[in-house]
Amino acid sequence: MSLLPFCEWLAATPWSIALHESLYLYPLVETTHVLSLMLFVGSAAVVDVRLLGLAFRDLPVSEVTGRILPWTLAGFAVAVVTGALLFYAIPVRTYLSIFFRIKLFALAAAGLNAFLFHRYWAADGRTWDLAPRPPRRARWAGGVSLCAWAIVIVMGRMIAYDWFDCDAQPQSAFVNWAAGCVVPGP
Amino acid sequence: MTLYPVFDWLELSWIGTVIRESTWLFPVVEAGHLLGLAALGGAVLVVDLRLLGFGFKSRSARYVLDQARPWGVGAIVLMFATGVPLFLSEAVKCYFSSAFWLKMAALALALSFTFLVRDRRLRSGRVVSPGLARALAAVSLALWSTVAAAGRWIGFS
Repeated sequence: MSLLPFCEWLAATPWSIALHESLYLYPLVETTHVLSLMLFVGSAAVVDVRLLGLAFRDLPVSEVTGRILPWTLAGFAVAVVTGALLFYAIPVRTYLSIFFRIKLFALAAAGLNAFLFHRYWAADGRTWDLAPRPPRRARWAGGVSLCAWAIVIVMGRMIAYDWFDCDAQPQSAFVNWAAGCVVPGP
Repeated sequence: MTLYPVFDWLELSWIGTVIRESTWLFPVVEAGHLLGLAALGGAVLVVDLRLLGFGFKSRSARYVLDQARPWGVGAIVLMFATGVPLFLSEAVKCYFSSAFWLKMAALALALSFTFLVRDRRLRSGRVVSPGLARALAAVSLALWSTVAAAGRWIGFS
């Protein structure tokens, strides 16, 4: 199943065209998206370095997560709304971007990591809430989170580059497969 | 007297030339610059949130600052290490970009304010009233947001 027809329909809607061609609105949305990263990934990183035992070592883990995660979620909400608008402005090219697809996978990995950590591993937090250096699986959760968000940021930046665009053929078979390019047969 | 010849000369420096002529180097250095932005955002925010009364209330702002400072300094070092090469690769474009000059002005103010006003006051051991704490945080957040937004805007010109 391909979402390409849906993206093509999106791209033809008047508001998508207006946003794409706007002189100031698109850059403003883009800038807000980048600024939300300071709030969102920056605050997530505070929690991650605590889980890794690299900072705030004498502060209970529960206080760090309790105080910081609401800001992470607020930043995430801004990032998702502005990100959706950016996608809406340029749907087809973004959908067919290998960088965008890797970014979505990294996002899913980061989300799964956070869900598993808070759902299962943080449940026994009382036993190591005060530990300067949390147990191994908590440190792993922090490390995986930092790496996943770093990949999200780097891939997000790379969407702007057209090296692997579908209309820049020839591309390797892998790129065409991973980016979902529709290439006419020989 | 204009700075234009200086910027022209900087753009022709070997670092600027190498980045400009490479397909990959600018995006890769730029991505490192963005990672530094996220780290800096965290280090600035965690202190300013504490000053605004939303942070780790069980500890002093001084404690939060001492914990966050090495990360903030590290992030600033990364920002300069990646930002200067990015600038060198397109110095002439920057010379004609008002976003670039706004960013440099905001950056100078943000660095001065952070290290000479906010951090110095928090480390002085003198009592910081809630009103002053909120003002310090508000100015810090406003200045660093301007740096980040103007920095992004260089790319649109």
